[in-house]
Amino acid sequence: MSDADKKRLLREMIFYRRFEDRTFEAYMERKIGGFLHLYSGQEAVCTGVLEMANVGKGKENDYVITGYRDHIHAIKTGAAPREVMAELYGKETGSSKGRGGSMHIFDASQNFMGGYALVGQPFPLAAGLAMGCKHKGTNQIAICFLGDGANNQGTFHETMNMAAIWNLPVLFVCENNGYAIGTHIDRSTAQPDQYKRVDTAYNMKSSQHDGMDIDNVMEAAKTAVDYVRNEQKPYFIEFMTYRFRGHSMSDAKGYRTKEEEAEWEKRDPIKIYSKKLIEAGVIKQADIKAWEKEIDDEMENDIIKFAEESPEPKLEELTRYVLDDNPDPRWIGPLQK
Amino acid sequence: MAETAYWEAIRRAHDEEMARDPMVIAMGEDIGVAGGTYKATSGLFDKYGEKRIIDCPISENSYTGIGIGASMVGMRPVIEIMSINFALLALDTIVNAAAKIRYMSGGQIECPIVMRTPGGTAHQLAAQHSARLARMFMSTSGLRVVTPRGPLDAYGMLKSAIRSNDPVVIIEHEQMYNLKEDIPDEEFFRPLEGAEVIREGSDITLIGYNYSVHLCMQAAERLAKDGISAEVVDLRSLKPIDRETIRKSVEKTHKVVVAEEDEAPVGVGSEIITGIMEDCFFALDSQPVRIHAADVPVPYNAKLEKAAIPNADDVYQGALKAMGKI
Repeated sequence: MSDADKKRLLREMIFYRRFEDRTFEAYMERKIGGFLHLYSGQEAVCTGVLEMANVGKGKENDYVITGYRDHIHAIKTGAAPREVMAELYGKETGSSKGRGGSMHIFDASQNFMGGYALVGQPFPLAAGLAMGCKHKGTNQIAICFLGDGANNQGTFHETMNMAAIWNLPVLFVCENNGYAIGTHIDRSTAQPDQYKRVDTAYNMKSSQHDGMDIDNVMEAAKTAVDYVRNEQKPYFIEFMTYRFRGHSMSDAKGYRTKEEEAEWEKRDPIKIYSKKLIEAGVIKQADIKAWEKEIDDEMENDIIKFAEESPEPKLEELTRYVLDDNPDPRWIGPLQK
Repeated sequence: MAETAYWEAIRRAHDEEMARDPMVIAMGEDIGVAGGTYKATSGLFDKYGEKRIIDCPISENSYTGIGIGASMVGMRPVIEIMSINFALLALDTIVNAAAKIRYMSGGQIECPIVMRTPGGTAHQLAAQHSARLARMFMSTSGLRVVTPRGPLDAYGMLKSAIRSNDPVVIIEHEQMYNLKEDIPDEEFFRPLEGAEVIREGSDITLIGYNYSVHLCMQAAERLAKDGISAEVVDLRSLKPIDRETIRKSVEKTHKVVVAEEDEAPVGVGSEIITGIMEDCFFALDSQPVRIHAADVPVPYNAKLEKAAIPNADDVYQGALKAMGKI
């Protein structure tokens, strides 16, 4: 990987952290409503995995789908950050035209197929996206990001089984942050090593890796992505990570200790990668400062400004998008009397 | 024209649509090698292969979800759920995903998926194989729900459902799969929307859907012998409901019976009668009558089952009540 790409990746992760921090501020200002689940701490997983896949190329992208902690996955796949922010603000210019909100970011133009609030629901949808890719012979794959908590849903087991028997080109990325909402994995899950839950049970290739060092993530993800694409078979990859904020805004994090948080913060993916790149002479500390300034400028003068100034959806369009708004009367009718 | 059974009509629609469009696939339990519980895909496994006639494990929620995911990238899956009771297991993917993805995405992504399932009582299948549940799906924004009453609609509405860009739930009936009707040899379509007056009359309107349409027709014939002219309306579509056709009929006859096979609370009859109250209250000469199942899980014992489920005599008696004859 070139130095330019390494610098870009670090800058991307710093941008993602700042994006989430800024949504937190907007939420506290009541500019953003509903539920808000932030990705801070887990950036290396999404950034590293999707760096190894086809993203940012529009309709040629691989298909990406995830749960409700979805802002960063959407942006890394190719969604415009200002449209994601406008969505959080509920605006017509938002990526889902203000109809979805934080938990339901969609960008079909980049094959980002959505954030879903039913834990575990993206498993079968992802397998279906993969079935479509395989059926059409496009060489695209589906990539499904979900947390360890999702693996206690029936859809996990049902989908692993079908993805395996039908050889679907889907990569399941388990972001194991140790908590299912606020319950520690040791108390919710009989087998804490998630990759072990699919290998013999569903005869699927799987592996477990550190998710805080993006170099590790990329190396493991490349193997997995190539396997899925070339072998046209599923792969389950687990990354050990940690979310620095609560599950959502209402979470006081009373279920975990300060000591545990401090330990994981030492392994902050941005700190790890910054240190590596500085030590390798790829960047200087001053570069990071300069990026932070640039990012803040972009955040306020473009992204937030766009979200603030964009119009809300028109009330007269309340019932638009429920069903096909221009249906073919041959199929829909009404019945000719 | 050829006499065709309900299951044959469904099979023919699958076959024609699969031959026309390689994006059409079928998924479900035992639909391939085993030929299908209701024979609705019999012979198609040999013709189209395992990639397009897909035998699924007994995992309703996730194979429905896989079909939905495939539909999001341009496939046209037709999912057979062996019984509407089992569709409860797939409610998450049907109601939380298929019905909502178009809206949540601001119209960017559509789910052109068809979910076929029989909903009704047969013969002593007991509580967990006898659910009707049309009311559950018709209350969900973002779905279309249709109830073909016979082979003509079973064929024509399935073809329309496959071509429509919306998620469509087709509710069939275990007791209708062998029902026969002459249908045209050449290709045709029956639209997903619109109720239909299938027997004209002037004294009373009998409204049914799915199997209960046949109870209404039997009741109408008996009423005719009593000198009462009953009009029968087949709702055909439970979502959306064609209130205009209902209003016109009630304004003509001034009396109405709604027959459903399901339990009454929050049911199809409740919805239809509310619509009549809102649309043509002053056209009514008597109180509307609901015919429905007893409010019990469906019993196994044959006599108890018979007592729990409405029949043509119940519709007939309901009509007499609406007519003020009893």
